[in-house]
Amino acid sequence: MSDAGRHPNIELLTLSEVKEVTGYVGNFHVRVLKRSRYVRASECTSCGDCVAVCPVVVPDEFNMGLSSRRAIYSPFPQAIPSAYVVDIESCLGHNPIICGKCREKCEKNCIDFNLSDEILEFDVGTIIVATGMEVYDPTELDEYSYTKFPNVLTSMELERLINAGGPTEGRVERLTDHRVPDSVAFIQCVGSRSFKTGHRYCSNICCMNTIKSTIMLKEHYPEMEVKVFYIDIRAFGKGFEDLFQRSKQLGVRFIRGLPGSVKEDSASGDLILTVENTATNLLEKHRCGMLVLATGVHAPEDMHVLQEMMALQKTADGFYLEAHPKLQPVDSATRGIFFCGCAEGPKDVKESVTQASAAAARAMRLMTPGELTVDSITAEINPEACTACGICARVCPYNAIQFDKRSGQPAKVTTAACAGCGTCSAECPAGAIEMHHFTDAQLTAQIDAILSEDVMNRIVVFACNWCSYAGADFAGVSRLQYPPNARLIRTMCSGRVREDFVWHAFAKGAPVVLVSGCHIGDCHYIDANHWTEKRLQRMWKKMETLGLRKERLQLEWVSAAEATRWRDVMEDMEQLRKTVTPKEVAETQKALAGQHKKTGKRSAKKKDTQAPAQPA
Amino acid sequence: MNRTSTQEQIRIGVYVCKCGLNIAATVDCEAVAAYAEGLDGVVVSRSSAYLCSEPGQQLIKNDIAEKGVNRVVIGSCTPRLHEPTFRKCLADAGLNPYLLDMANLREQCSWVHADDPSAATAKARDLIRAGVARARLLQQRSETTVPVKNKALVIGGGVAGIQAALDLADSGCKVVLVEKQPSIGGIMARLDKTFPTLDCSI
Repeated sequence: MSDAGRHPNIELLTLSEVKEVTGYVGNFHVRVLKRSRYVRASECTSCGDCVAVCPVVVPDEFNMGLSSRRAIYSPFPQAIPSAYVVDIESCLGHNPIICGKCREKCEKNCIDFNLSDEILEFDVGTIIVATGMEVYDPTELDEYSYTKFPNVLTSMELERLINAGGPTEGRVERLTDHRVPDSVAFIQCVGSRSFKTGHRYCSNICCMNTIKSTIMLKEHYPEMEVKVFYIDIRAFGKGFEDLFQRSKQLGVRFIRGLPGSVKEDSASGDLILTVENTATNLLEKHRCGMLVLATGVHAPEDMHVLQEMMALQKTADGFYLEAHPKLQPVDSATRGIFFCGCAEGPKDVKESVTQASAAAARAMRLMTPGELTVDSITAEINPEACTACGICARVCPYNAIQFDKRSGQPAKVTTAACAGCGTCSAECPAGAIEMHHFTDAQLTAQIDAILSEDVMNRIVVFACNWCSYAGADFAGVSRLQYPPNARLIRTMCSGRVREDFVWHAFAKGAPVVLVSGCHIGDCHYIDANHWTEKRLQRMWKKMETLGLRKERLQLEWVSAAEATRWRDVMEDMEQLRKTVTPKEVAETQKALAGQHKKTGKRSAKKKDTQAPAQPA
Repeated sequence: MNRTSTQEQIRIGVYVCKCGLNIAATVDCEAVAAYAEGLDGVVVSRSSAYLCSEPGQQLIKNDIAEKGVNRVVIGSCTPRLHEPTFRKCLADAGLNPYLLDMANLREQCSWVHADDPSAATAKARDLIRAGVARARLLQQRSETTVPVKNKALVIGGGVAGIQAALDLADSGCKVVLVEKQPSIGGIMARLDKTFPTLDCSI
């Protein structure tokens, strides 16, 4: 930890939050808000004189509120940087200065209430997301009476009690009478593996953490009676089983079954647990002096902030989703961004460290060569067909299209800035923009091929590469089964799906069409899917005007993690398909042909001859 | 060197991967390959047990060299998995890597329609047909390179963030380590001992 604080290649920004990430792999631009410490860290010697005079006393969050601290404080003895910090929320006032005693006392004059928050901006090639997890708060699960009885603790509170640097200097004592309990019981899976409260998943670390704590208790207090109530013990890792056996050899009792109720003997402060021992099928009562809830972990509440900023994805558990569960376990779907530690899922120290080294290696792999190749999936404007309307420049999420209305000159794509979503190409009313590798002609040919046989049984699906197509893949990996009539056409972004493609599919006799993409806010091309949504709304209106049932064109947002949702969408589409009759399809084709005739003159002028039906 | 030019006649090779039994248990791969032979522009169509394997890729390379295949359609797992593999295979054989289309016969066909082999096989035929239709129109593309900054951002100063930052920094990369709290250390710093070795965590 201290190595990180003094490494010449590491710039440490504490009290800081990433506020904005723009750009792309190799060239991300980052904006960070660095909150003021109100203490000049380089000058502070951590003498502690300031603390002695601070009149404000607040609970110490580092010790889970089991002790108190002042408004100016050091979070813990080994903190990096080791400088003190003013908790400005609790401080009596810095502007104007109400108290200021710490400042008067500081001989180094390093406390400065004029210091202010800063915005820092810099460029990086890669980003590693290691935002960690939070510990489950058992307040909602009150059958264990965490909020009612003082001698019911969480595993994190026990951690602080048993820690030599903690509030009791390592003495495990009860909050009621400050005595070392003669017996301690643990309840496992608090907030984990539950369908009612907390989370469904296994938090991965609690079994071993409890086993560790039982051994430490037994080492500190050999006479102490220690019991563990569990569903099953998951001692799966290297050295774990040995530790479990050691705990049992030390006399710790493992009882299979989670207590149904916890009562307090008010005279002694002891706790009485009622539990069905599922190994013997007997109802048992157990008394203990202290009860520890082995709380699980969950994704931090603010995960969505970075998720939206960097177009990351989350699993149903709330943790970040890796690009591939086995082959790219630390990569995000966004190139150049990696995960490690509990941001990706609950894990222990060893696994976190392993992943961190893996993520660092993956990042180095991109950075070491100094340059990297990027797909040449970019847009190109045909200057002869361009009518200089400027729509493309307006819809481009990357400002990659140069256009000056006054000049009347055709728009031009800045290829280096183009990310290849294809929104410009889809929105161009003149069909003047070619999206390389996903051209109008190629996509239209795919539609034709799909609809050349057994057309009434076909569902035409456009799926964006990053979310919906990946979600469909995940449905496959999960072996979910759904009706076999859908035929997917992959585009990089749902923003690429030109109106013409949909009209063409309907003109070819498609009963139903689905356009699918990333959820709003999750788009891999900043906000290109906003244009998809607007376009679909336009199309539904046109369908109504033409007397077509607008339900036949569906828009669904499906993320890479939503395998079951993909299956459900496929089932819904199949139901919808069954409602379409050959007569309805024939009427649609007639309506579209009529529309085509009306606008034929205008369409004929177009360079894009791929799309026969073009309702205005 | 690229073997194709815009004037050249389109010669498509279709390769249907069985992926062991992952695809072949549901989709009749031989029948799909035989069907693809009759599609416009297809000069060779084969099925293979594992196309991503060395011998599998060699099949494709041989056809490029010997049969003048200049567009490749692969029916296999998702392109999100092996598109880079097969693009490299094409490039090794002197063909522009963008002259490749992949039909997703595993994640989006055999695995999701395991209970209906005949419908899955029909779908596989359609997906290959669509792939061939696109392949006819594929154009060469050249990849571009962009410079990469040798500096990394690590968000979060817990045990994972610290380790990642140190590994990067030791490799000579500049690192900005951003932590929300006043100190790095995260949850780990609160733990006295950690399993399985019961030693200090800081």
